[in-house]
Amino acid sequence: MHPFSPLHRRAFLTRATYGFGAAALGSLLRQDASAVGLPGILAAPHHTPKAKRVIFLSMAGGPSHLETFDYKPVLAKMDGQPMPESMTKGQQIAQLQGQALKCFAPQHGFKKYGQAGQEFCELLPLLGTMADEMCIVRSLFSEAINHDPAHMFMNTGSQIAGRPSMGAWATYGLGSEAENLPGFVVLTSLGRGGQNQPIAARQWSSGFLPSRYQGVHLRGKGDPVMYLNAPAGVTAERQQDVVKTINALNGEHDAVVHDPEIATRIAQYEMAFQMQSSVPELMDIGKEPASILDLYGCKPGDGSFAYNCLLARRLAERGVRFIQLYHKDWDHHGDIKQGIVLKAEEIDRACMALLTDLKQRDMLKDTLVIWGGEFGRTPMSQGNGRDHHNKGFSVWMAGGGVKPGTSYGATDELGYQAVQDPVEVHDLHATMQHLMGIEHTRLTYRFQGRDYRLTDIKGKVITPILA
Amino acid sequence: MRCLLALTFLLCSLLPNHATAAEKISFNRQIRPLLSDQCFACHGPDANKRKANLRLDVREEALKPAKSGAQAIVPGQPEQSELIKRIHATDPDDAMPPASTHKSLTDAQKALFHQWIAEGAEYQGHWAYLPVVKPSVDPAAGNPLDALVAARQQTLGLTLSPEADKRTLIRRLSADLHGLPAPVAEVEAFANDAAPDAYDKLVDRLLNAPAYGERMAVWWLDLVRYADSSGYHSDRERNVSPFRDYVIASFNQNKPFDQMTIEHLAGDLLPNATVEQRIGSCFNKLLLTTDEGGAQSKDYEARYLEDRVRAVGAVWLAQTWLCSQCHDHKFDPMLTKDFYSMGAFFADIEEGIIASPEPGMLVFQNPTQEQEHAQLTAARDPLQKAYDADSPELQQRFQAWQKVQRDAGVTDEAKLKLEIYKAQAPELVAVRTQLETVSAKLKSLEDATPRCIVTRSTPNKRTVRVLPRGDFLNESGSVVTAALPGYLPKPTIEGREPNRLDLAQWLVSRDNPLTARVLVNRLWKLFYGAGLSKTLEDFGLQGEMPPNAPLLDWLASEMMDRHWNVKDLVRLMVTSRTYKQTSTATPEMLVRDPENRELARQSRYRMDAEFVRDFALETSRLLVRKIGGPSVKQYQPEGYWENLNFPVRTWEASAGEGLYRRGLYTWWQRSFLHPSMLAFDASSREECTAERARSNIPQQALALLNDPSFVEAARALAGRVLKEAPGDDATRLIWIWREALQRPPNDAEKAMLTTLLTKHREQFHQDVAAAQAFTKIGAFTVGEIDPAELAAWSSVARVVLNLHEFITRS
Repeated sequence: MHPFSPLHRRAFLTRATYGFGAAALGSLLRQDASAVGLPGILAAPHHTPKAKRVIFLSMAGGPSHLETFDYKPVLAKMDGQPMPESMTKGQQIAQLQGQALKCFAPQHGFKKYGQAGQEFCELLPLLGTMADEMCIVRSLFSEAINHDPAHMFMNTGSQIAGRPSMGAWATYGLGSEAENLPGFVVLTSLGRGGQNQPIAARQWSSGFLPSRYQGVHLRGKGDPVMYLNAPAGVTAERQQDVVKTINALNGEHDAVVHDPEIATRIAQYEMAFQMQSSVPELMDIGKEPASILDLYGCKPGDGSFAYNCLLARRLAERGVRFIQLYHKDWDHHGDIKQGIVLKAEEIDRACMALLTDLKQRDMLKDTLVIWGGEFGRTPMSQGNGRDHHNKGFSVWMAGGGVKPGTSYGATDELGYQAVQDPVEVHDLHATMQHLMGIEHTRLTYRFQGRDYRLTDIKGKVITPILA
Repeated sequence: MRCLLALTFLLCSLLPNHATAAEKISFNRQIRPLLSDQCFACHGPDANKRKANLRLDVREEALKPAKSGAQAIVPGQPEQSELIKRIHATDPDDAMPPASTHKSLTDAQKALFHQWIAEGAEYQGHWAYLPVVKPSVDPAAGNPLDALVAARQQTLGLTLSPEADKRTLIRRLSADLHGLPAPVAEVEAFANDAAPDAYDKLVDRLLNAPAYGERMAVWWLDLVRYADSSGYHSDRERNVSPFRDYVIASFNQNKPFDQMTIEHLAGDLLPNATVEQRIGSCFNKLLLTTDEGGAQSKDYEARYLEDRVRAVGAVWLAQTWLCSQCHDHKFDPMLTKDFYSMGAFFADIEEGIIASPEPGMLVFQNPTQEQEHAQLTAARDPLQKAYDADSPELQQRFQAWQKVQRDAGVTDEAKLKLEIYKAQAPELVAVRTQLETVSAKLKSLEDATPRCIVTRSTPNKRTVRVLPRGDFLNESGSVVTAALPGYLPKPTIEGREPNRLDLAQWLVSRDNPLTARVLVNRLWKLFYGAGLSKTLEDFGLQGEMPPNAPLLDWLASEMMDRHWNVKDLVRLMVTSRTYKQTSTATPEMLVRDPENRELARQSRYRMDAEFVRDFALETSRLLVRKIGGPSVKQYQPEGYWENLNFPVRTWEASAGEGLYRRGLYTWWQRSFLHPSMLAFDASSREECTAERARSNIPQQALALLNDPSFVEAARALAGRVLKEAPGDDATRLIWIWREALQRPPNDAEKAMLTTLLTKHREQFHQDVAAAQAFTKIGAFTVGEIDPAELAAWSSVARVVLNLHEFITRS
């Protein structure tokens, strides 16, 4: 039986309403809505959304566009020759500062996939089967060239800590339909190459937005959510006894002090208790049919990127608004050739499976999937690897109202600078919000006297890639 | 419901702060906020973005006719004023503000403009930039705060609420001044103390106890962004805990705030700077730093400069200078040039730009240690010199030794080096042995001595340029020297470039209109729940003019008149009648003034993260009341640091008393703040934080229910019930309730707890294994108590420690 029956709840609210006076009404109404999800600030989206939710596959460390989605035959020809100085002079350079800059050929072959002939790395044949669903953007550029600020910029549109992340903005604007689950969920996985660059919780922070919009990190090990499990010796029933007594006593006290926060507090305890069963249920992929586990190529609880992709689909099904997966180990300063082999193995099947699975459930049409890193990598060699590079790199998107089977933008012939239809990170954000039904200049929050938004003072929707 | 909402609007519209035609318009209160918010982005201080060459933030400019002949503002003649025409225009080409800004004016706001121009369109200086003038208060009227509150309330037809009962008052005072619950015995003593000065004596006692400094530090450490790690990327450990000790001690000694300010910014520049003053200068080094490979020095040099400028703006002046990093401020008169000139004050700070945190200055805990260190150093230096000395004889012996080695077949050059020779040379044995002994002693002394990163000034100052659009790659901007911002009153410094000491002295000079106002506004929030101006972080043109501006100015003047005596001001604030009101709102109050801006009651709010912990641990008597020292690690879920790297780190919980220290001593890892702290809105302290969020989210329930720290506290509290409280269940329930809430439970409350206790007692007696598993959570041992009984009472204790009332300051 549902431990907090709607009837009980309504009776409480009715009583409480009389007890509170009108000022509490707003909070009560909000709280009532939270029984079926997290309310957002917008009464309705600015326009009809194409994407109800986003799954953002963050490839942390900076994947080389030159070995994945941006084929540069001229770079191959110039292997070992100096990079034209005119291209690199006066620009941001990371670890190659002060060193001779030499061209470094793509380390893997490329292939054309799908009816649209989308060209990408030959190590991604399974993803290739979904090429006609993908829209590849090859002209993204970022302001930041070091991991930490670049992640901050990609997530929050600013290199200064304290701004809300894109998932927080999405839930702040639109709320979430997920019942008893957070509206913004983050999953992380490690790669096998040993270049697991750190990432900080600030990447999914709600910044100056209210805390309830912060991303919640679902972990593969231990409690999936911090302090989710009841203490040892406390069964679900005993925990429920405790929670019910807390709530009843809080209700009793409210009758004396008329504190509108108490109704919210009661709702949060209900939510917390519900999460103690809804999260384990979510994480239990053992009930998925073998065909699905085979499709993703993962085992329950293996903590792999593929496992997280499957969890992402399950989160999407449950109405979670923004799902962000971090997959690490893309920081290939050395031995990029072997590094990419490992990464391709880790993501090829998983990405294919996610797109396939969403499609077969008819969810791809309203789920926007985005794949990309915080920056790309230099066309110049760093030993047998590549350095950080922010002047031009690739992302791909699928579903959720982007034009399938297309490419957009290009870097120059060496893969250095985005030259054709350059796309700023702010443009990517504006486009993402547009697809979710948000006009990016109109979703703002007043902080320190200024109306802030995800796109800061910039951002334009990339209309040519809209379906 | 709809009726109630309608009633709300009705009542709000009756509030007199909506101007009626009879009253003259106040520019500062009614017009400037509109101009700033709606118009200044295009017609304000930023010359680069100014549209139609029209500037509305300066009266003379707003009155100048444009080329077309149109005049934005014609005083006394709204119909002739282009501004009025434009705000009423329906043609999208003419309408102001333009639709593209998503801004718009209501009819009432348009009417305000109309009336203001009709009345002559007088401008006033921005309230926060005007000199602080002390309003006169009748000395016979008691606490001047009350007089000023009453003066405003009278105009609104409001009065103070009744005084709260004494139990509530002592609970409130203990929470506000110590961040701790009042012990039951003290509650009873105070409740029964009929002496007229009982309250004032209590306040004095609390102000003079060391927990006061700890409580104030929780507030201050957010502002100065104190943390145990460097922030960026690898987020390395850094040695700064003596700075926290310094902050606690400064508040406890009631160090004048001007002195504290000077030590923060320029303690190292004071003549014969003491260790304490130098530790104060750690403030300059608390910013985020990086050691990420491939980071560019120029990039981070700019970031550090920008951070420090933002910090001065945020901590002392409530100015949002961040905007001026890229362009002249849109609302405030802060120019980009001012921003970088302010940055030049910090160009003398010696530091590695891309570097791991430096170890910092040794902070000896007593004079004996310091003497010992001096003696050991004095002994070591000549020995080291002797050992390092080169001579032709040494070289001869070295070469002879090398020959012998080579002849013996040694080919590895690494084994033929001078240091290898010296390490075994017979003639050096004596000096080497002595050197090793002394060095080992020195090392163990140094290892046992805390260190603190402090500011050191170098004559080789970095060159500071204006960075166009904040772009560090663009070196076309002009070189600037240190200068105070042009828009605030400032002293003339001739013949030399001003330094950090000048900057600090300017901040706390009598002529600076901001620092005292900002400080008292933030102190007010600590004791009343919200600032007098609710924009704690912004006293610029977008900041809220306090509804009771005379009160803010009186407090600011008083702060300076009393030579920045913080305790005195705190005492004034917490001994007022306004402070002592009940916080229970009537339904009418909630309708009329939901945010309690008019102080017709006290405020109720959930306590800060640190104090939520402190209350639980103190109620269970687990709390170890030791002041200061290095940060400690309470329990934290395994694997929470899995995404930290370089190096990979695991959180090892402290042993012994380190598990039970106050929340403010928690290890502050910026990239992964302790999850219970985070759940209750503690700041990650990456930026200076003037105000924490006060959220109410499910993570808080999860932490209080399941974090081993709180589970253990509940068990310890249950242990106390069973050992300290004699009698039957009913008596014991009353006891636990009083311990936690400083009041007895009512019958309904007692009944609910009894039901739970009875049920869980029965269950745990039947399921002893469960009871035993539960009672093993946490390192604390309760002693010989039946596990089932302990577990059952722990359920009760968990309920009590989770109550909204328990974590609420009322």
